[in-house]
Amino acid sequence: MTTEMVGIEIEDLHLAFGKTKVLTGVNLTIEPGEFFAFLGPSGSGKSTLLRSIAGFGPQPEGHIRIGGKDVVDLPPWKRNVGMVFQSYALWPHLSVRENVAFGLKERKMPSSEIGPRVAAALDLVGLKHLAERMPNQLSGGQQQRIALARTVVVEPKVLLLDEPLSNLDASLRVQMRRELLALQRKLGLTTIFVTHDQEEANTTSDRMAVLDGGVIQQIGTPQTLYDTPENLFVASFLGTANILEGKVERDGGDIRFVAGTGDKLLLSSEADGTGAIVLRPQNIAITDRPDGDTLSGRILHREFLGSQIRYIVQAAGTEMVVDQGHKAGEAGYLPETDVHLKVNTQSAVWIPQ
Amino acid sequence: MTSSSRPAAGGRSLADRLPDALFPKLSGPAIVGLFIAIFLGGFLIFPVLQVIYVAFQDPGSGALTLRNFGDFFATSLFRESFVNSFYVSAMSVVFATLIALPLAYITTRFNFGGAMIVQSLGFIPLIMPPFVGAVAMQLIFGRNGTVNLLLREHFGFTIPFMDGLNGVILVQSIHYFPFILINLSTSLRNIDRSMEEAAQNLGSHGMRLFRKIVFPLAMPGYIAGAVLVFIKVFDDLGTPLLLNVNNMLAPQAYLRITSVGISDPMGYVISVILVAFSVLSLWASFLVMRGKDYATVQKGGGGLARRDLKTREKVLAYGAVALILLLVLSPHIGLLLLSLGTVWSYAPLPDGYTLQNYVTMWENSQQYIANTLLYAGLAALGDVIIGTAIAYIVLRTGIWGRKGLDYLATAALAVPGVVLGIGYLRSFQGIDVPFVGEPLASWWVIIAIALMIRRLPYALRACMAALQQVSHALEEAAENLGASKTRTIRRIVIPLMMGGILAGFVTSFATAAVELSATIMLVSSDADSPLAYGIYLFMQTPSGRGAGAALGIVAVVIVGLGTLLSQIIVERDKKLKTQSGDH
Repeated sequence: MTTEMVGIEIEDLHLAFGKTKVLTGVNLTIEPGEFFAFLGPSGSGKSTLLRSIAGFGPQPEGHIRIGGKDVVDLPPWKRNVGMVFQSYALWPHLSVRENVAFGLKERKMPSSEIGPRVAAALDLVGLKHLAERMPNQLSGGQQQRIALARTVVVEPKVLLLDEPLSNLDASLRVQMRRELLALQRKLGLTTIFVTHDQEEANTTSDRMAVLDGGVIQQIGTPQTLYDTPENLFVASFLGTANILEGKVERDGGDIRFVAGTGDKLLLSSEADGTGAIVLRPQNIAITDRPDGDTLSGRILHREFLGSQIRYIVQAAGTEMVVDQGHKAGEAGYLPETDVHLKVNTQSAVWIPQ
Repeated sequence: MTSSSRPAAGGRSLADRLPDALFPKLSGPAIVGLFIAIFLGGFLIFPVLQVIYVAFQDPGSGALTLRNFGDFFATSLFRESFVNSFYVSAMSVVFATLIALPLAYITTRFNFGGAMIVQSLGFIPLIMPPFVGAVAMQLIFGRNGTVNLLLREHFGFTIPFMDGLNGVILVQSIHYFPFILINLSTSLRNIDRSMEEAAQNLGSHGMRLFRKIVFPLAMPGYIAGAVLVFIKVFDDLGTPLLLNVNNMLAPQAYLRITSVGISDPMGYVISVILVAFSVLSLWASFLVMRGKDYATVQKGGGGLARRDLKTREKVLAYGAVALILLLVLSPHIGLLLLSLGTVWSYAPLPDGYTLQNYVTMWENSQQYIANTLLYAGLAALGDVIIGTAIAYIVLRTGIWGRKGLDYLATAALAVPGVVLGIGYLRSFQGIDVPFVGEPLASWWVIIAIALMIRRLPYALRACMAALQQVSHALEEAAENLGASKTRTIRRIVIPLMMGGILAGFVTSFATAAVELSATIMLVSSDADSPLAYGIYLFMQTPSGRGAGAALGIVAVVIVGLGTLLSQIIVERDKKLKTQSGDH
């Protein structure tokens, strides 16, 4: 079951439900064989975008090319893109075998071929022994695998996964996402995965697009997006971010960030004008001794998280989140303690206004 | 219903000192439950068992025998009646499906401006008892009715819409198709759109998609509706009687009992067959639907995707709906014309128009109307009292056998009115009512009881639904603040259920007001007759048809207003509850 790998190009896609704009100016290129994630909060348009690719919902303006062919005018049943639904959408009146065979029958495949194909697909997801069961006799994880088998058995050009793990419990979710990735690599199928869970997107995808308000905010590898967010939404949506607003002052060769409170930080990269800097909690250290480049603050609150201790520190006019690694025997700082924060400015990201 | 766990003030009462074995201590609800069980046993189970027993009894010797059934199948008229009843029921299901399927499909799949019309269309036929419309249908679709007169004049041929069994099928399918429409529409709406999208995604669309995915998923709703139609038609007495089609089972049972006599075993044999078929159909539908709860709507997902109709489709859809609407309304239109017409025969429309029929009707039927209000009022009151009590016992107590009470009350569904009537006649003929000096079987109260039993399953469902919507926490909060069980029921539970109870009352009242099957057996004098029987009497003579139609209009208005009222109550209740939930 290997198909020719195809890419997806989306060009200037717009979509509105009545007067509400749900997608605005989406431009995106997904490489053949790529595992790509759409990440965003609910209402960000990520599912709508996925459904547009499959041909569901109102017809958008713009172009969607799959393997170079514009499919935007085609009805869903002529697109040959495989979609796995959030609810799995296994038909309760058909057995597992009939569910998986459905798409092949629709393609008028002779039954002598359907049998082995269905068996192979069920084998692929490890559930050959459940072929005669009805969907309501399966667990959530099994239903998920059958839905996957039902989709890949027709050898679609691309695979679309709409929040496929959200109905599973936490431990199964981790296992299933590994299986999904392994299966995707094995089939070499260009795959789009929609999720609101950044951990899922981070762990599975080659690249991802972060969406908010129907607009793509940034596209890149998970690491790029986390380390160098291009805007405050991406910065705060991916992980925890401390955001300090202020302006940049130049003093000879030094570039300094000046917060609204007057606190200053020496930056190690180019910056100019007004804006904000993004500091990750693990890139800030707590120290007793001030030097020329520390922020003074006061510990408000601490949460013991096991491998680290998370402090909420009042500093630079805001409440900053600071994570410190924990080693056995170390007491750490107590609330109401005055401390100084040493910022690793190499990791600080400047986002101009 | 006082709490038995609390010691009475002022020492042990007499009841407390009696030995427990003699008077086992029962809680209030248990005593109420026991009374209801005895009542249902006496007025539902016993008469029906009596009918079954007599069917297997040799009329001469009283010994148990199968001979009566042998005689039944040896008589060609009965064999024919059996086949006819089956044929008419099956064909009614087919035609009801032909009417309901397009309507359900159009309203659930498309953005259709007429959806509201179609929804009310689901209620219009139900507000008219089928036998009332039967005569009017005869005048419109009969051999010399409006349609055929016009056809003959312009095209030179006629269609036997109303000839013999055809007439019964037409009238019944027009009357009962809403059962299929309502159930099928609900089922269709309960299919999650991802079910359909998954099939489209795999290459399926159009009719194939409907046939292979959508319709099978809606099947449980369709079957539930179709079985109801089948049973209702199979058991119905009024329509064939009024259309003068006597070679069917229910009319045969009625005619045997009324003409040959109460001791003739054939009426009982037919009754057993009617009950057996009702139970068998329900059981078969249960088998088919077991494990097939296909309601797949996800949280936030909203049924099948609706799409806009193209212009050509719009014309088709509105055309189909208009045609069906006209067909469905024809009994009402015909009845109205008949009630306002002077003479209407061998003509497409009445010769002239008058209000005289209403005057005649009013002069002759005040007693009928008064009786109907009394019987239906008593029946509906009894229904909601018993319904509320059973609902509380089943949902809120752990009393032994509480489920049985529910089944017992619901069992009335499987008992055709004509069977209940025969059972009452047989069982209560020999029991004289004290101080009245009449046998119980011919006392007017028995008609009200029969109506009460017949409508109980519906009222019970309404009460159950109403109580299910009352959160248990609301009761616990009252008890926590010191209210006893009795006071909690009176001050919290009943007021919160009131909307549902009222709706149940109104529906029971309205449908009991036009019931004919059981009452026609039990009416012993004209003075005791309800409205439905009055219409039947009027319609027996051509000269009385106008007045009968006028009385029919009264019936339609009563049921229509009742249905409207119960809708308003339910809506208001819903609004009230959502408002209180918002704050």
